[in-house]
Amino acid sequence: MPERVGIEVSLAASEAACAADTDVVAAYPITPQTHIVEHLSELVADGKLDAEFVPVESEHSAMSVCVGSSAAGARTFTATSAQGLALMHEILFIAPALRTPIVMVVANRAMSGPISIWNDHSDVMAERDVGWIQTFAENGQEVFDLIIHAFRVAEDKDVLLPVMVNLDGFNLSHVIEPIEMLSASEVKRYLKPYKPQMVLDPKRPVTMGPVGVPEIYTEARKQIEEVLKGSKRVILKAWKEFANLYGRTYKPIECYRTKGAEVVLMTMGSVTETAMTAIDKMWDKGVRVGLMRFRLWRPFPLEEFRRAVRGVKVLAVLDRAISYGGLGGPVLTEVRSALYGTFEQPQVFGFVAGLGGRDITIDMFEEIVKKAIRYAKRGKGPTYELIGVREK
Amino acid sequence: MDAALKNFKKFTPKSLPKAEVLAQGHRACQGCGEVLALRMALKAMGKNMIVASATGCMEIITSPYPQTAWEVPWIHVAFENAAAVASGVEAGRKALMRKGRIPKQRTTIVAMAGDGGTADIGLQALSGALERGHDFVYICLDNEAYMNTGVQRSSSTPYGAMTTTSPPGKVRIGQDTWKKNVAAIVAAHAIPYVATASPAYYTDLMNKAKKAAMIKGPAYLHVYSPCPTGWRLAPERAVEISRIAVQTNIFPLYEVVNGQYILTKKIKKPKPVEGYLKLQGRFRHLDKKTIQEIQERVDREYEALVQKAALSEVEEEPGEEAEK
Repeated sequence: MPERVGIEVSLAASEAACAADTDVVAAYPITPQTHIVEHLSELVADGKLDAEFVPVESEHSAMSVCVGSSAAGARTFTATSAQGLALMHEILFIAPALRTPIVMVVANRAMSGPISIWNDHSDVMAERDVGWIQTFAENGQEVFDLIIHAFRVAEDKDVLLPVMVNLDGFNLSHVIEPIEMLSASEVKRYLKPYKPQMVLDPKRPVTMGPVGVPEIYTEARKQIEEVLKGSKRVILKAWKEFANLYGRTYKPIECYRTKGAEVVLMTMGSVTETAMTAIDKMWDKGVRVGLMRFRLWRPFPLEEFRRAVRGVKVLAVLDRAISYGGLGGPVLTEVRSALYGTFEQPQVFGFVAGLGGRDITIDMFEEIVKKAIRYAKRGKGPTYELIGVREK
Repeated sequence: MDAALKNFKKFTPKSLPKAEVLAQGHRACQGCGEVLALRMALKAMGKNMIVASATGCMEIITSPYPQTAWEVPWIHVAFENAAAVASGVEAGRKALMRKGRIPKQRTTIVAMAGDGGTADIGLQALSGALERGHDFVYICLDNEAYMNTGVQRSSSTPYGAMTTTSPPGKVRIGQDTWKKNVAAIVAAHAIPYVATASPAYYTDLMNKAKKAAMIKGPAYLHVYSPCPTGWRLAPERAVEISRIAVQTNIFPLYEVVNGQYILTKKIKKPKPVEGYLKLQGRFRHLDKKTIQEIQERVDREYEALVQKAALSEVEEEPGEEAEK
């Protein structure tokens, strides 16, 4: 087995793209993604990665270059954050439509304004519906593994969709963790060279991105929806093979101490590690509380989710983004929607916390759980609430 | 002269290639000078080509699914990013060729867009791609307004022209800004090849397209693309108006090869601009004073161009003298 090394998670992300023998990297610098692309350009400069590094003039062009290079048959990687992701927005829709299996790391950061370089999920949650597969990493090892997994899934001929691997900006991207780094030859056992189904080649001309007249647009969109939903089978299979080869098991939803729990806290990303400590503390105090984390967000793992919450009385859902004027954060509304029509529904309460780099502490998690229990006893609570607001 | 052009052979009316890149049966308007220019340019570059198209007239008329007019691989992503998509195609192929995953063969990568997709929304992506030095040809098909969306003004719309967003009214003359000189902006990037071309001088256009494809690194063609629909021009006069645009010096034909300006069609006795303006409904409202203003501007700009070309010539001569 490979040795564990202490490495900054951003650098590990670059090393993963390098181990995957990426052909093209097109990226534009934005905090907190910068260390990822800086290190990739170093790897290219040192000849450790044989790739074209395209230093574009904007994220819009970054994603456009990625679509072009992927359509030309090249394995393509990029990374961004917040405003950069938003600038890509237009092209994010087109990448799945052209079936370009780009892999992108998003170092999650709050959207302006006010301008903030710090972590939350308001960037990626605004890109829920663009047709990309989306996973969320909790720690550095997962970042590395999910990137390798992302290439494998994206390039599967039954998928051919782009994948976004999310990691929390600064809180995860800039920390040094012990990580088992798979070498290029070890990755090769898992990830075969990309064999595109349709490619821009003068020998076999194809027309990519034609006009979708009303007679065809609905069918074209349905195709993406079907493929994205169907990708779950490939995602699960790829995780299983990953476990067989490298010994680390991944699931769409991760559960922690949910057995016998009456209340379950739901999280995403790196904050889950703090939440675990809070859960342990609460169990010690006699509160029967478990923890659930979405690793896979798109396609939404509906069956796994419903199975996981079976028997749970109260769900406390954490969102790292506000849906202005809406019915709660994106995770809360989706969770509620996923439960609608099921036989035994838990009571669901939503909490928004950790916006723009505000720490979510163990105390805050305890507050969230306490509130959820109180609301459940009362049989009602607010639609959702913000935690940790300084009112004075 | 660029080294890549050492073996350049000019097209003549008798030596035009037969193979078409753009098939017949597309949906362009009657008398479209843009699709004519595009067809000739592509024909000159041959079929070993990949095209990245911006959103626009040429994109919609050639690709309504399930039909396509494209005989070569073609990709359309969005409006403002043809240059970036072409950059990606070029970079992807470069990496794959180096890694031995596709045969080593130089293929012409073409990015194409209208004046809106070039002078306005796509200018940044174009500048980026030029500066990075990708090996590609960018073709700007300049019909001087957003024709695809219904004749709205762009920064490439000429002074005085009527468009749907620069309508002449009681207090406005129509477009009240002067046409942006994109070829000059591109030339400022110091790329190996820049040229202007017109469908009325089709062998010149095709020769320039061929050169652009042969030269390694970024090349740019700015192509005059008459739009009878948007210009309120009789459809049968598209080629004629293209010729008059050159003869009046409104659209001069030149090349910038490695920084040297070369006039490719010298106009000794330019025709007055009035004759050009009068043929088009978009200029119908212009009064004598405005026409005079336009005449003076055209004269001044042409003079500046001649100066640049003369300077280029002067620079070359002493060097040759010294060698002798």
